[in-house]
Amino acid sequence: MGAVMTEEQAQGPQVGVHAESVTLVMEAVPAVAPVQPVSFLVDLPAYAGPLDLLLSLIRDEKVDIYDIPIAHIARQFLLRVRVLQLNDAAEYLELAARLLRIKAQMLLPRHGEMEKWEDPRAELVRRLLEYQQMREVVDILERRGDERRSRFARAWLQESGESVAAPLSLSLGELLTAVDRILRVTREPTVHTIVARTLDVAGAIAMVRSVIAERRNARWGELVARDAEPWQILSMLLALLELAKLGELRLAQPRPFASVEIEHDSSGEAA
Amino acid sequence: MIHLVKLLEAALFASPRPVPVEELTALASEASPAEIASALDALRVHYDVDGHGVELAEIGGGWQILTRAEYTGAIERAQLAARPQRLSAAALETLAIIAYRQPIGRMEVEEIRGVAVGSILKSLQERALIDVVGRAEGLGRPLLYGTTPLFLEQFALRHLEELPRADELAIALRPAPQPL
Repeated sequence: MGAVMTEEQAQGPQVGVHAESVTLVMEAVPAVAPVQPVSFLVDLPAYAGPLDLLLSLIRDEKVDIYDIPIAHIARQFLLRVRVLQLNDAAEYLELAARLLRIKAQMLLPRHGEMEKWEDPRAELVRRLLEYQQMREVVDILERRGDERRSRFARAWLQESGESVAAPLSLSLGELLTAVDRILRVTREPTVHTIVARTLDVAGAIAMVRSVIAERRNARWGELVARDAEPWQILSMLLALLELAKLGELRLAQPRPFASVEIEHDSSGEAA
Repeated sequence: MIHLVKLLEAALFASPRPVPVEELTALASEASPAEIASALDALRVHYDVDGHGVELAEIGGGWQILTRAEYTGAIERAQLAARPQRLSAAALETLAIIAYRQPIGRMEVEEIRGVAVGSILKSLQERALIDVVGRAEGLGRPLLYGTTPLFLEQFALRHLEELPRADELAIALRPAPQPL
């Protein structure tokens, strides 16, 4: 669908429409430059979507929304899609396909009782009415919005919703004291030396395995000493996650911040 | 009473947003809600009758002093204030659906509009006209959207019920006529 239709294709004879309706459509279509092919359409000046296009078509053709002459409308819809070069907008093509499907369903012979026959147009009518109703609300909102826009509040707040920060009140003395404090603190830069410690995950795994083999279960606090170095804590954490992944143990934490309970996973053995 | 009217006027003048009645009531603890209401009414009449360039409007569940529409052009020409941008038709359609069907997910909005609305939802949310109000049950637990107080404010609505009910709209949803 990425391909852009050439002008020749767009005006080509794929749709069998008699000349009369072509002129009618050309007149009804708002001024859209038909020559420049647009490869991607985000918003269309004329129509807000395929339902909008279909609805205006129904209005222009003066047909009853409850009894849409589907073959005719489908043809006109396709024609407008082509004239407006909407070929790349998937939504329009989707509705076009839907129209053609309904058209095909209408042509099928109706078997059995007439009451049982469900009008294939019913869903489309429902959607069109729903859409039309929504358009009515849009008109209301547009009017109210314009009404509000035509009056200014004392200070128009940009739509950020942020609360207004009170201006900072400081005496010169307070400011100077603060500056002095900062300068004093930063006079002598402290140089930290960072020693990289490699993690000992294998060692931690061995330790956990031996503890679990003996006791079947343990708590985090029993595996990691209170004064453990960060690298030891990290090694243990990775070891536990690794063993849990291997299915050797189950980890549980009954509530947030509670000690992690480590339990031997017997289901892993059975498998 | 005169004092109360002046106090309310000052408070409304100081706030750039509509001030809810509860906040006005909190402002003057000795006044009853009925007194607040009649003071607001007195202020409104004062602006309307004595010929002021501003008026008192009830918007978004609160009260706000606004300039009169007839001076908008002049104010704008002098670049003292600028009107906020109008929303696109697509954004208005999306907003209308959300206003009526909230809480509503993206899929349902797209179902009604017949087009994708992802980016429109995002920009409406950035403009603080809609917000995520929850998550739906079911697959993927999609986000549900609803309108914000700012929506009421920008469309000069006192509350959502001020919009016509769905069955009051000219083209109400009705069952299709007898099968053909």
